[in-house]
Amino acid sequence: MTQEIEIPLAELRRNQPRFGGLESGHRACLGCGEALAARLVSESAGPDVMYANATGCLEVFTTAWPDSAWQVPWMHSLFSNAASIGAGMEAALKAQGKATKVIAMGGDGGTFDIGFQALSGMLERGHNVLYVCYDNEAYMNTGVQRSSSTPHAAATTTSPAGSESMGKRHLKKDIVSIVAAHHIPYAATASVAYPSDIRKKVRRAMGIEGPSFLHIHAPCPLGWGHDGALTIEVARLAVQTGLFPLIELERGGVAGAMPIREVRPVSDYLGLQARFRHLFADSARAREELEHLQALANHNIEVYRLRGESRQDCMDSEGADTVRRGGMRWA
Amino acid sequence: MKQALEGSQAIARAVSLCRPQVVSAYPITPQTHIVENLSRLVADGVLDCELVSVESEFSAASVALGAVAAGSRAYTASSSQGILLMSEVLFNISGLRIPLVMTCANRALAAPLSIWNDQQDSMAVRDAGWIQLYCADNQEAVDMTIQAYRIAERCELPVMVCVDGFTLTHTLEVLDLPDQQLVDAFLPAFHFDRKLDPANPISVGTLVSPEFFTEARYDHHQALLQSAEIIEQTRREWQDMTGRDTGGLLGVAGDADARVGVLVLGSITGTLQEAMEASTDTEPACLITLRAFRPFPEQALRDACSGLERLIVLERALSPGAGGIVGSEVRAALSSLDRPPRVFNFSVGLGGRDVPLETWSRALAAVAGNAGAGFDMLDLEPSRLPQEAL
Repeated sequence: MTQEIEIPLAELRRNQPRFGGLESGHRACLGCGEALAARLVSESAGPDVMYANATGCLEVFTTAWPDSAWQVPWMHSLFSNAASIGAGMEAALKAQGKATKVIAMGGDGGTFDIGFQALSGMLERGHNVLYVCYDNEAYMNTGVQRSSSTPHAAATTTSPAGSESMGKRHLKKDIVSIVAAHHIPYAATASVAYPSDIRKKVRRAMGIEGPSFLHIHAPCPLGWGHDGALTIEVARLAVQTGLFPLIELERGGVAGAMPIREVRPVSDYLGLQARFRHLFADSARAREELEHLQALANHNIEVYRLRGESRQDCMDSEGADTVRRGGMRWA
Repeated sequence: MKQALEGSQAIARAVSLCRPQVVSAYPITPQTHIVENLSRLVADGVLDCELVSVESEFSAASVALGAVAAGSRAYTASSSQGILLMSEVLFNISGLRIPLVMTCANRALAAPLSIWNDQQDSMAVRDAGWIQLYCADNQEAVDMTIQAYRIAERCELPVMVCVDGFTLTHTLEVLDLPDQQLVDAFLPAFHFDRKLDPANPISVGTLVSPEFFTEARYDHHQALLQSAEIIEQTRREWQDMTGRDTGGLLGVAGDADARVGVLVLGSITGTLQEAMEASTDTEPACLITLRAFRPFPEQALRDACSGLERLIVLERALSPGAGGIVGSEVRAALSSLDRPPRVFNFSVGLGGRDVPLETWSRALAAVAGNAGAGFDMLDLEPSRLPQEAL
């Protein structure tokens, strides 16, 4: 006699064994882009890894003695030496004849600014280290101060908007180009809005013998001034406006870019965030800055040829993740 | 085997005998010859290790830290500005209780710029939580480097072996370099219990709240205090194996019944020894060589000074606005004696100024009579001061 069994699909999916390097229970804010990105990276990188983490939010919210959310060997030393700690780990593992992959990681402050020299040294010496930068575009851990990654015109606590100021005066440092100029085997940008793209790029980097770099755009609801529920939407708009192009570079040359199916105006992205609120004032200067940011987005679209040629590319900015999640249904 | 070697060459050979798996360094005078010699040993296949030539001292210390955390024996070396640049990492290494050995080729700190010897650099990181050992000659530099690995790995503390720049690092001396078999027997293969390992993942260097911070510092302090016994034990074991009595907390030479003593660190030892032997017309004195500055050997120092009426402390560093660094610590340590000696503290040989044999008679003259027992610069040349300072 056959018995009909009802299969609880949702539960089955929940019970699927999946490697988690960064477990739940940490103390990140609601909607934290960095926590999501770090979880995706650690899942894709698997268990045979060793992490060197720069000082910053990620270090603080995942640890706090005697707790730790890490299920993988993990070490925090200082703010500016994650790349060097990673290089030392890699040298040691090489001396021991082990194939464990070293992943160094830091925020934009620890990567673009204070840890920049150590990063350049590690890349130049060709260490077999994957460096991941979680970019939330300011010093969030210390209270939203501007970094060299803060975009032009964004307001932070050290680049506030006011009667004499339109936020940060300077441009966002083009870190991925600088990194690529070291002619390393692989460098890429990614966004928390595209999880399977992150997974794909991490897996790609894990397979590379030599230095690789992954730059992940990760919104900070607190610092950017948007609702925690909008993290993915905000991150996706950064890509869809052309402000944060998703690209891959091999040995210094552009090897791929995620096409944008429908280019959105930068105001769609900026309008969701309090850090750009002053750009929507009724003034000539505000309009000028908006135009400036639109020009930067247009420039990216042109340089990286981001405008999708086909209106229905399943790997473009509208399709990329839905395709891999459940087939072509929503593509 | 006895051979004539430059100090740096001898130190490099001693490091190589300890079989480090990772060496990382950044060049700075007068440390360069050590690293150049190590690079040569690697290039010639004598030393099998990963040599990481980094882009700064900050990274030199960080690479060494990462390497030990990942389970390999490591080495680095620096001097002067390099010590300052890596100072943030030095505090981190000791706080994480990482057994690492480094050489500090002692040199003055700028400004004004000086590439010559004094001990301001290692004194500047006195409170970094490292064991600090000072070598009197290159035989000690060799022996104490090898001992340092054993001490570091037993105590899970980093050790800084301090050698006077140029005076030791660039001087040719006849010395005995132990053979590999002896060093292998003295120093077991590296094993670090708290190493990072995917099979047994741990989190290292986490944030610590006020709830636990004091206890972590207590633990670190106790480890340093307890390392004193390990340093002495290592000295005895080394003596058993080589017949040479090098290392330890401090050395006492000269007249045991003397009422005058002089305390020094590093290569001034030899100069004073010779000067004291040669001066037959002065009153008998004893020479105390401080080998370990951290841990500070308070008890051993009290024992060595208990019969003294006057103690002269000569040091190659200065705490501007206060005076001597070693001198104040010695004075504080001896204050609990029933009849503590009067402590006369002098700086000498700052920024590479030569410390000649006459230093001894000069020091004795300066403390004769009822001169105040404070701090002074023994070899100051008033004629070279700007006029307005006179």
